[in-house]
Amino acid sequence: MRKIRVLAAKPGLDGHDRGVKVIAAALRDAGMEVIYTGLRQTPEQIVATALQEDVDVIALSILSGAHDYLFPEVMKLIKQKGMDNVLVLGGGVIPEEDIPALKAAGIAEVFGPGTNTHKIVEFIKANVKSRD
Amino acid sequence: MSSFVEQLQAWQAGVDKMLAKRPERKKQFTTLSGLPIERVYLPEDPGDEYAQKLGLPGEYPYARGVQPTMYRGRLWTMRQYAGFATAAESNQRYRYLLDQGTTGLSVAFDLPTQIGYDADHDLARGEVGKVGVSISSLKDMEVLFDQIPLDKVSTSMTINAPAGILLAMYIAVAEKQGVSPDKLRGTIQNDILKEYSSRGTYIFPPRPSMRIITNIFAYCAAEVPLWNTISISGYHIREAGSTAVQEVAFTLANGMAYVKAAMDAGLDVDEFGPRLSFFFNAHSEFLEEVAKYRAARRLWAKIMKERFGAKNPKSMMVRFHTQTAGCSLTAQQPKNNIVRVAFQAMSAVLGGTQSLHTNSMDEALSLPTQEAVTIALRTQQIIGYETGVTETVDPLAGAYYIEHLTDEIQKRAEAYIAKIDEMGGAVPAIEQGYVQREIQEAAYDYQKAVEDNERVVVGVNKFVVKEPPPSGLLRVDPKVREEQAAALAQLRGQRDQKAVDAALAGLKAAAQEDQNLMPHFLSCVRGYTTLGEICDTLRGVFGEYQAPTTI
Repeated sequence: MRKIRVLAAKPGLDGHDRGVKVIAAALRDAGMEVIYTGLRQTPEQIVATALQEDVDVIALSILSGAHDYLFPEVMKLIKQKGMDNVLVLGGGVIPEEDIPALKAAGIAEVFGPGTNTHKIVEFIKANVKSRD
Repeated sequence: MSSFVEQLQAWQAGVDKMLAKRPERKKQFTTLSGLPIERVYLPEDPGDEYAQKLGLPGEYPYARGVQPTMYRGRLWTMRQYAGFATAAESNQRYRYLLDQGTTGLSVAFDLPTQIGYDADHDLARGEVGKVGVSISSLKDMEVLFDQIPLDKVSTSMTINAPAGILLAMYIAVAEKQGVSPDKLRGTIQNDILKEYSSRGTYIFPPRPSMRIITNIFAYCAAEVPLWNTISISGYHIREAGSTAVQEVAFTLANGMAYVKAAMDAGLDVDEFGPRLSFFFNAHSEFLEEVAKYRAARRLWAKIMKERFGAKNPKSMMVRFHTQTAGCSLTAQQPKNNIVRVAFQAMSAVLGGTQSLHTNSMDEALSLPTQEAVTIALRTQQIIGYETGVTETVDPLAGAYYIEHLTDEIQKRAEAYIAKIDEMGGAVPAIEQGYVQREIQEAAYDYQKAVEDNERVVVGVNKFVVKEPPPSGLLRVDPKVREEQAAALAQLRGQRDQKAVDAALAGLKAAAQEDQNLMPHFLSCVRGYTTLGEICDTLRGVFGEYQAPTTI
């Protein structure tokens, strides 16, 4: 069976990548294939990489507060490209009051500071869409 | 008579002389019970080992602090890092903090400013004014420091890749206030190496970045002599997940790279050495943190003296700012963060910091509210004025555990530095991704320890409660970007474009020809050339840094 492929992505100008690197290591330990975009990716670059790498999951991480603009931008492009099978997650310093709007934009779940990485692994396994 | 007794007498004579000019905060220091408190406590019979390893405060190897009287003379600078939205809003916050007794300003810039993009750049979308104030030109800087006399405050600016440009703007604002550059006091972070390993707001590749930094050293030594031209930062290395030992090792290794670059550029170590300052993190393992600062001081003194041949004692001193660990704060039960910050701040004070920022309880959620930042400042004031830990110098010295930890941190940091030396120094070690890998492995190990309950984080993996989401968080209006963009359009329409073009052409030529860039930054900003225009010109000459893949 094909391993679950995840794109760990840092949209925007925020350089804090501790969280995304820890998540990448944890997902890899859980048997997934992880591709990391590196810093300062535009929504266009992230979606293009996701398409090219044929990933099942995009895990977006942001600390600077720009999630309210950048996450919906990514979702808009994903919809435009018809990438209905891709599960998109968000993480970082994100106030709870912002979460409903992000979910309405199509982000499947948002994981804040202090999240146990096992919880993210379980969520991905339970929600990744089948690829037939 | 033993040599230590002579040393002590000479030290005492020096202190007496100093006190005649600048007395301590009180004539007599006593505990709440009225017990007298001495300036410095020593072992009953200080042998050679004591003299070599600890010595006296204000003397080599500075384990006991960089000043002979430390906080009995003056408390540390209470400096709250702040800045958000527009220059006008940040100016209001600074004036509020100054009214509340803060003694130095500390400017947070937003990410576009830190990476050299104007507020109307495409990549700035969603980021303007978010993690700090948006500064695109001298116009913004004038508003930021409106009614703040620059000869009266000391200002720290957390700016790295474009540090020289922001410093040029600060100098230009001072000129407009009638304050000459030799009166300006403050710090620019200007530590690019930790950006590549830990914080990510780099622009140019390491080598031209190092050149810009040595240009700033040379310019300031001549023109802005009171300015701290770099704050070599372990803070972000720790935030990225390093251990305390790695924080010391990688910070000092970066410091050594700057010293070497400056010496290679022909500067005298004792000319720029005294203007180097450091920035450390205060994390939660209280006693390890106290020992960390002591170890860093002793190790740097040794490096500067033995490796670089510094003669001026000021070149050997680690003078440092501390910030409590942002990464230790929890979004869960955020009020617990007040307590975490208090302990962390206390460790920095017991470790002899010169300047301190205490984080606000809500920082794991958003930018701090005014109430949260006030409590954070009060925390420092309580430590400084109520707890009594400031009344004697280096009060934990001589504790078996503290001295053991200090020795051990120094030894392990030296082993890392030896490894980095083998790789050719901090620049190649970073270019090869070594430092980044070490830090990210430490971060992952820590996360696993928390998830396996080997490390307790209260409210996260123990004593967990269900709680309502916090309310009243500080929000930055997304309109800030449009307002900034409109202001920039107006600025570009009003300024003398010919002068701007000429200044940029001069800058380009200087960058290509290895001239000092600082005078060119000044002529650019005086004519309202924007930060983005200046950085784009330099990008054209130096290129942009591409990070190596480490995961």
